[in-house]
Amino acid sequence: MSEHVRAPGRRAKDALLGYALVAPSLVLFGVFVFYPFGKNFWLALHRTPPFPGLPKKYVGLDQVGDVLSSPEFQKSLKVTVLFVLYTVPTGIVLGLLLAVLAHRQLKGMTVYRTIFSSTVATSVAAASVIFFTLLNPQVGLFTYWLGRSGDLGVLEDPTTALIAVSITTIWQTLGLSFILMSAGLQGVPDDLEEAAAVDGASAPRRFWHVTLPMLSPTLFFAAVVGSITAFQAFGQIDLLTEGGPNNETNVLVYSVYKDVFRYGNDGVAAVKAIALFFIVLILTVVQLRFAERRVSYAR
Amino acid sequence: MSSITLTGVGKTFDQTVAVVDLDLAVEDRELLVLLGPSGCGKSTVLRMIAGLEQPTAGEIRIGDRVVNDVEPKDRDLAMVFQSYALYPHMTVRANIEFPLRARKVPKEQRVAQVHEAADMLGLTELLDRKPAQLSGGQRQRVALARAVVRRPLAFLMDEPLSNLDAKLRAATRVELVDLQRRLQATVVYVTHDQVEAMTMGHRIAILDRGLLQQVGSPQDVYDRPANLFVARFIGTPPMNTVRGDVERGDGGLGLRVDAVLLPIPAATASAVEASGLTELVVGVRPEHLEVAPDGAGVLPATVELVEHLGHEQHVVCRLPDGQLVTVRQGSHLPAPAARSSVRLVAPTEHLHWFDGATGARVGS
Repeated sequence: MSEHVRAPGRRAKDALLGYALVAPSLVLFGVFVFYPFGKNFWLALHRTPPFPGLPKKYVGLDQVGDVLSSPEFQKSLKVTVLFVLYTVPTGIVLGLLLAVLAHRQLKGMTVYRTIFSSTVATSVAAASVIFFTLLNPQVGLFTYWLGRSGDLGVLEDPTTALIAVSITTIWQTLGLSFILMSAGLQGVPDDLEEAAAVDGASAPRRFWHVTLPMLSPTLFFAAVVGSITAFQAFGQIDLLTEGGPNNETNVLVYSVYKDVFRYGNDGVAAVKAIALFFIVLILTVVQLRFAERRVSYAR
Repeated sequence: MSSITLTGVGKTFDQTVAVVDLDLAVEDRELLVLLGPSGCGKSTVLRMIAGLEQPTAGEIRIGDRVVNDVEPKDRDLAMVFQSYALYPHMTVRANIEFPLRARKVPKEQRVAQVHEAADMLGLTELLDRKPAQLSGGQRQRVALARAVVRRPLAFLMDEPLSNLDAKLRAATRVELVDLQRRLQATVVYVTHDQVEAMTMGHRIAILDRGLLQQVGSPQDVYDRPANLFVARFIGTPPMNTVRGDVERGDGGLGLRVDAVLLPIPAATASAVEASGLTELVVGVRPEHLEVAPDGAGVLPATVELVEHLGHEQHVVCRLPDGQLVTVRQGSHLPAPAARSSVRLVAPTEHLHWFDGATGARVGS
């Protein structure tokens, strides 16, 4: 074995430079991520007193158990999962559909591409206001089309509120989904499609057996990022329904927000936030493990 | 197998003219090479035969069937792409099987045909690998196996060897010729490599800027190039060409090159006189040009440099008017010193005469 001889002074200097370079982001992450993250766990173990100003009381895992078993949390969890299931697959499929339609060399196609991707420049707030207006129980165009004028508003109806919020979200994220899918399609070499065509494959067959498998890295990425974003949905809930009616749209992040800013209960909020953290963590790991096997990154 | 006939085929992309009024017949069981520099339209021709491009003029037939409006999948052709275009997410087996699946061939027959094709190309050991796990040469074989597996009417090959290294390319060339012979296949083979064209083609079709320049056997194209483009494009080093004016001398017509009047042979001279040409280009292949041993040659020249290639040497000479010519001679011959004055000579029967204005061959 040959020994690597390194000047000790040089090594220390390298290390020092390394730490110096990392320091700024370490400070930022520390203040805005690591400290709040740790503090969250501390909060989860302490019950918030009924009146402000009283000391927080250490209760171990009691509070965690209480919150996780509460019907309110479970409903929130169910609503969140439904919201993800409604929005993510639909968004990907619609984005892919539009991308396939726009993936032709036709005159004027850039106009369509621009339209299809335009919602990427729309904020959640703007999208929410648009749909809030369209769904207005008195003057909303959609309300009229749905034949519900004078009826209970779509956003006030417990059976339709979550769907309405999901549609708003799908619309708002469709631009990004379209751009991702378009980029994915452009990454599929034309040769492959052409080879499949000469090999005798029909257009649907080419899509299912050649294009779609080649897109799997993109689909995978869109699914992971889309799910994580959907689990953290907040703005559209706040603007459209405030978690109502009857908590039918009270997704986890919104319920965390309400616990802190409406009920002033940091402890309960912290438990929910941590639960959400683990859900997203597990989901990501599962998706990485499961999907990576079926994804063909190889060229 | 089947013949392929192109009649008056043209292709224009927006503003660019890719192929002009092409008439070309590929005979049944023939290996026809489409040869030309990049951008000459040869790949476009191949893609039009495959149905990947729609011709803007003319008619394409496969056998007796006009296929202009037939989709690629229904033309029953097989294509080998320069990039091989293997499906990266499928195993070698699935890649080879794909054309059969697409045509709904029953499973037992599929298995048998895949094995036959894999066996033919020595891929049996690799059937369960993915393309990413293969070398360039192996990928190339998979692409070939995918083409041969279903016995198409004809094979279209778009520079299939250009991604291989030189040694493998030479070996694969031989195998391809052998494969074509065994399968009795009609092959249209696109390349920019004249060595591939000369060694593989039964006939060569040379294209330049979308125009067909000449079709003929390799020897024919080499010995009797139809025009200056073909003359200069085929052969390494390329044919020497010297431009001059036609003059009437003592013994008939001659070509004035600087101080020298090259006699024009009678057969050519009559053609020149008939068409009233005033400017000609004379061509001579480097192996037909000699440095006259005793200074008795016709053309005076100065040696610029000598390239030694081991088995031969290239003597690059400059004529008094500045034109460069190359003499190719065996390495056993003495190499003239650089900057020395020599005289060059070439047998009259090996001179090629071209119209100075159009570049077309003059005389026989």
